[in-house]
Amino acid sequence: MMAAPSSALLDVRDLHVRFATARGEVRAVDGVNLSVAPGETLGLVGESGSGKSVTLRAILRLLRANAAITGEVRWQGENLLALPEKRLRDIRGKDIAVIFQEPMSALNPVISIGRQIDESLVAHTALDAAGRRRRAIELLDLVGIASPEQRLAGFPHEFSGGMRQRAMIAIALAAEPKLLLADEPTTALDVTIQDQILKLLLRLNRELGMGLILVTHDLGVVAETCDRVSVMYAGRVVESGPVDRVFTAPRHAYTDALLRSMPHGGAARAPLRPIPGQPPRLDRAIAGCPFAPRCALVEDRCTVEAPPFAVVAPDQRAACWASDRLAAREGVA
Amino acid sequence: MSKAGLIAARLLQILPTFLLIGVVVFVLARLLPGDPVSAALGDRATDEAVNRLREQMGLDRSILEQFLLFLRSAVQGDFGQSIAFRTPVTTVIAERLPVTLALTGLATLIALALAVPLAFVAAVNANRWPDFLIRGVFQVGLSSPVFYVGLILLTVFAAWFRWFPVGGYGEGFADILWHLLLPSTTLALSFSAVIMRNLRAAILEVLNAEFVDFARAKGLSRRVVMIRHVLRNALISTVTLVGLHAGSLLGGAVITESVFAVPGVGRLMVDSIFARDYPMIQALTLILAVVVSLAFLITDLIQMALDPRVAR
Repeated sequence: MMAAPSSALLDVRDLHVRFATARGEVRAVDGVNLSVAPGETLGLVGESGSGKSVTLRAILRLLRANAAITGEVRWQGENLLALPEKRLRDIRGKDIAVIFQEPMSALNPVISIGRQIDESLVAHTALDAAGRRRRAIELLDLVGIASPEQRLAGFPHEFSGGMRQRAMIAIALAAEPKLLLADEPTTALDVTIQDQILKLLLRLNRELGMGLILVTHDLGVVAETCDRVSVMYAGRVVESGPVDRVFTAPRHAYTDALLRSMPHGGAARAPLRPIPGQPPRLDRAIAGCPFAPRCALVEDRCTVEAPPFAVVAPDQRAACWASDRLAAREGVA
Repeated sequence: MSKAGLIAARLLQILPTFLLIGVVVFVLARLLPGDPVSAALGDRATDEAVNRLREQMGLDRSILEQFLLFLRSAVQGDFGQSIAFRTPVTTVIAERLPVTLALTGLATLIALALAVPLAFVAAVNANRWPDFLIRGVFQVGLSSPVFYVGLILLTVFAAWFRWFPVGGYGEGFADILWHLLLPSTTLALSFSAVIMRNLRAAILEVLNAEFVDFARAKGLSRRVVMIRHVLRNALISTVTLVGLHAGSLLGGAVITESVFAVPGVGRLMVDSIFARDYPMIQALTLILAVVVSLAFLITDLIQMALDPRVAR
């Protein structure tokens, strides 16, 4: 039977990313499935090293030459991983835009902000010079930069941290993308500025109907901003579903443990329990579930047989043999 | 501070530099072994003649007075008579300096024309065969002495093939270019090796910068990413390097001009040293130092134009 045509804007299927390193092959991403509907906000969470940033960059093939990407990234009927570089360039920045964690290093230090917006407009629009200038001013205004006309000539080092992140968002929005990939966009910022930037992203998401994938290690951010969440561990998505379902009724032992280790958003008034142990090394194949060595709910088959990424509740999937036990406990509580 | 203010400040900064160079040249001339008066007149001069010249040259005054006199005439462009040429030093130098500037300027252009594209190819293919080949060839260029490379080029292209003249300087742009091509290339080879190595490393570093990923993520063409984002940033450190090499380039010109019989100030310096032409040596040292300072100034200005962070 053929797979039903999905209504998803972006559909990532069985994505693998392997890095060739001096010490052998590292499986940074190991069979990731994701999908985002138009206008939807998807949070991609996990510890550092879980492969969330690599996944994000693999979507637009922005990784270095030592990365081998396999699988499928469906975008409007095309597989981005199979597109010729030239076709992909038409999608990068135009349909799907990216913002990075550190605007200071992601913005070119010797080119003015105005010019950095302008080159996106040159690449993706048919506007003339005057039109591009108007549009650039509009964009800076849209992301909340005061006196945008004067700011066009400014350079990144003349902006504050929050302003730089706003400028980067303005650049990303230049060609009105349908999907924005945000890689820890607030991690490098002060808490007060973090909040402003998140609110800005949400406003843009609503006003422009733009889909958003938000990579973060902060569950609180996801709880506040996202419609759906995918939890990553050791290069795999272990659980995904609507944020309110996953955060109140997790069906993967890792999600459950992660929520209990956080001061907010987890099971109410439960004592904090840090997860013991370390994530597994990714330079060798993992038999069974990668979380098994650290798992409180581990059973015999966990270390032998990898659990399938199965539908565990309406619109919720988890790859955990303890899924039913978690559900049962939920029922008791 | 505004850009114009910065440039003005930088220009003012160069004045004390010139003064210091003046002091050094003045002191050096007095430390040189031998008496300039007897050097000028020879051993058999009468005491009367010696004293007259001593007075003329101001050598009977106090050191401070001598220095002020030296400064005054230096500012006026008067460095006295050349002992070897029996004409004003300034006249000789005015004839020869443009030759050397043309030689070193052309050498810099050739060095950049060789180094920039090859550094780019080497960096993009880092640690693959084009990189090894380019680095290997440049390593040879870097480690060959200037006079040796010059003699080889001279033998092959001037003596055997007769494509270029064996020496001298031409008249008119095309003829001068034809005469200077071999000596400039000789001078450019080791220089371009230095630039190539530096630029290759700089490109590799910039290629790792996140703004390059961001530029790609914006959907810019590979050409725009490579030239506007990678090369432009990498060239900033190369500009400094080129400027800092102005002095050694002039040093190389001394040898090259001798090998190719180019009538520039490099060869004039060598001849003047052998002839103990003290006024000439003094004036050349001062003028070459000023040329190098100006090269540094131009470097700073270019850097300011390339990197807005400098103008803080």
